[in-house]
Amino acid sequence: MPQTRPPHDLDDYIACPACDALWRVREPEPGGRTTCARCHTVLIRPRPGAILQIVALGLAVLVLLVGALFLPFLEIRVRGFSNASSIFDAALAFSGPELVWLSLAVTATIIGVPMARVLLTTYALAPLLTGRGVLPGGRRAFRWAEELRPWSMAEIFILGVGVALVKVVDLARVEIGPAFWMFSALVLITLLQDTFTCRWTIWKALDAASPAETPKGLTP
Amino acid sequence: MSAPNLDIRAVSAREAGLVGCPHCARVWPMETARCGRCGQRLVSRDAKSMSRVWAWWTAGLMAYIPANLYPMLVTRTLFGTQDNTIVGGAVDLALHGAWAVAFVILFASVAIPIGKFAAIGYLALAVQRGWRGPALRRMQLYELVEFIGRWSMIDVFVVAILASLVQLSVVAQINPGPAALAFALSVIFTMLAARSFDSRQIWDSVAALDARDDSMRADTVAAARQRIEGAPVPAGAPETRPAAE
Repeated sequence: MPQTRPPHDLDDYIACPACDALWRVREPEPGGRTTCARCHTVLIRPRPGAILQIVALGLAVLVLLVGALFLPFLEIRVRGFSNASSIFDAALAFSGPELVWLSLAVTATIIGVPMARVLLTTYALAPLLTGRGVLPGGRRAFRWAEELRPWSMAEIFILGVGVALVKVVDLARVEIGPAFWMFSALVLITLLQDTFTCRWTIWKALDAASPAETPKGLTP
Repeated sequence: MSAPNLDIRAVSAREAGLVGCPHCARVWPMETARCGRCGQRLVSRDAKSMSRVWAWWTAGLMAYIPANLYPMLVTRTLFGTQDNTIVGGAVDLALHGAWAVAFVILFASVAIPIGKFAAIGYLALAVQRGWRGPALRRMQLYELVEFIGRWSMIDVFVVAILASLVQLSVVAQINPGPAALAFALSVIFTMLAARSFDSRQIWDSVAALDARDDSMRADTVAAARQRIEGAPVPAGAPETRPAAE
């Protein structure tokens, strides 16, 4: 049975992902941070109980997101005419053969990607809380969740709602539904969740839960 | 040493014969193909990254032109139909007194995209041509581009919200124009351009210049000492290294 742990001494080093400077790992106090001395990128920022908080906040985001999809979002009234719009209506506003792709992109960035990120993170991290090993594909799930981060645009969408309301408010009366407030709340929670996420610490925790495989081309 | 960029001389993982994972920061021997911890594909320096940057950059710029020429919004009211381009819509808002919103729109849809094209172009050229400059400032510029680039999507979302909300049969109807698609594509392409750029190359190019400066400085010192003391420098001392190109 070959040894499955990677070479041990390399574990003590960290390469800054932004500038490739090589440092010996120095873990900060909980709540503190280690930054790259050359380019100032934050390398390690551990928080006690971060994994529990990330999973708990993720479940809250999931509940709010599902709720926000089915409750009324915005409604306008003018001279007896009225129209209600849900988040789905906004996402699917672009119709016609060439604009359908735009609808798909908007749906993905404001609903699909945020939901996928929550599900992937929870799948990867929730088993750690119960002391079980990492589920199959759990490592990949966490990496994908992090790679998707820039494509999750819920916070930009909610600011866009603000701008749109200013444009419409002269024209008609606008009623803000519960889905708007739920969506705003989930944006804030996601921002909080992202600040709790220290990649290095989480990968350490995943390593501790089940050893990493030896990469191809390496003899253990 | 007091020369710029010399305060922090770090050894890069590449110089140490290692490859760093861009995702989880773990280091591996140079020949490793995939990170054993997170599964990320490992490339010490991607030779093709600059071509990808320029490809996405050009695509983004090409999409940005129709995004400004065609209408973003088509508004139908009892009094007729009005087409608004990005800039036209912002000017309309300003004329109605909504200065703050007009500013947000102009900033997000005009200033940010143009600044982004300039910034990515500058960073890529600086690496490719080996321009001198402070690496830390370039790094901060890159981080700013990565952080702020996504916010240009706000205009697409505004159009989506208006088009879904303002559907009041004859009274008022707002529909998206063809510029919405072009603008969204431009934002996505420039985000991909920024993500294709490997920020580690900023530091490689500046470190290479610094190393050359050092050897040239040593040569100058050796030459000066020779002139003052009138004696050849003893062999084996670092000053005897051949002159730099």
